[in-house]
Amino acid sequence: MIDLHGFGHLLLAGTWVTVKLAVVSLSLGLVFGLLGAAAKLSEYKVLRAMATAYTTLIRGIPELLIVFAIYFGGSALVMAIASMFGYDEYIEVNPFMAGVAALSIAFGAYATEVFRMAILSIPQGQWESAQALGMTRSKTFYRIILPQVWRVALPGLGNLFQVLLKDTALVSVVGLQDIIRQATTAISSTKEPFTFYLAAACIYLILTAIATAGTLWMERACTPQARYKG
Amino acid sequence: MNWDVIIKYYPKLLDGALLTLELVVISGLIGVMLAVPIALMRASKTPWVRVFPFCFIYFFRGTPLLIQIFLIYYGASQFEAVRESALWVILKEPYWCAIIAFTLNTAAYSAELFRGAIQAIPNGELEAADAFGMNWLLKTRRIVIPRAFGIALPAYGNEVVLMLKSSALASTITLLDLTGMARTIQARTYTPVELFTAAGVIYLVMAAVVIGLFRYMESRFNRYQYYKPNVDQMGVDKQ
Repeated sequence: MIDLHGFGHLLLAGTWVTVKLAVVSLSLGLVFGLLGAAAKLSEYKVLRAMATAYTTLIRGIPELLIVFAIYFGGSALVMAIASMFGYDEYIEVNPFMAGVAALSIAFGAYATEVFRMAILSIPQGQWESAQALGMTRSKTFYRIILPQVWRVALPGLGNLFQVLLKDTALVSVVGLQDIIRQATTAISSTKEPFTFYLAAACIYLILTAIATAGTLWMERACTPQARYKG
Repeated sequence: MNWDVIIKYYPKLLDGALLTLELVVISGLIGVMLAVPIALMRASKTPWVRVFPFCFIYFFRGTPLLIQIFLIYYGASQFEAVRESALWVILKEPYWCAIIAFTLNTAAYSAELFRGAIQAIPNGELEAADAFGMNWLLKTRRIVIPRAFGIALPAYGNEVVLMLKSSALASTITLLDLTGMARTIQARTYTPVELFTAAGVIYLVMAAVVIGLFRYMESRFNRYQYYKPNVDQMGVDKQ
């Protein structure tokens, strides 16, 4: 077994931060994705153009650059706003917030495409029959379309969550105390980089395995016809 | 927006972009060469042959690239044997460590793509090769690899764009690639918005070039999919 010299609890604390970051970014990212997909499928040209710009820009720029831009650029922006109100001290953006912003924006761009494809895969008849029942467009969306979209989108979103989970590592570069940062702290006193980074890698493997299992379970839960054995 | 900063440091950023391209091209080429045998092993019918590629792919796809880079760059120095061996000349250079990490990472991802492509080859084509009396090597070389290459091409294009984006991680081990360069200049000038936007634009252009290149390659290699027979010349009656 790997000897962690009593730094195991640091890695666990880092794991907790990573999990929090991933889950918060996931929930915000899903909102961005749904909004993006709704904008991409909207009747208004302006909204469509904005959503296309969002997905094209974000998907072409490295996540690390987005993290830097939000972390360093964000504090410049906040300071500029604060100085308008007469506050001229240095303000630093919290790395966790910067991480959540960067990761959820990146996740949202990819999720937009997944949701868009899923919404398009729902037959037009579903919209029409809901309309025949007298439902408004937004009610149809929440009651009829969204529950079905969820099922179609789940495998794609599961893959994206895996990517998100691994991208949380990037936020350690701007100082978030996640698994990698804690491993680096442990390394600075034990001088055993391989051991600790390998331990960190194993934690990530466990996390991704749990995420895969969770996705499979949810896929199973929302496709009863696959479980039906006659 | 302070345009002077962008104009002044643009040549520097382009130097960084050149290093980014260099890293992507070198590790991409070596990565494909590694990925083909790994994919063939992964698609093998003998169970024990599949074990190594499975573990390799599982590890490199299940952990963040940042850890893989750190494991190679910082991790290798933990062992006396590595530091005294001839390999140390390579492993002490951040440049080569980044290339090794990117190569192994992209090899794992593209091996998985190629495996899917190998298994998507229509069975009839393999049977036809057998009917011609081709042995395994000839069949693999003439039928399986070229055919899988065409099938995997669109997905591989995505992988190259993802690799271009993840090459930004080279900046974490002191390399001055595009991101590293933007970050270094930013620390001197305190103009994060301008520099990161400029770097982002260069990344977008590079990604667009890669996508265009793969579209072109796809229209060459998968020409049969775009082939529209000229009905008039074939003498078929149009109803």
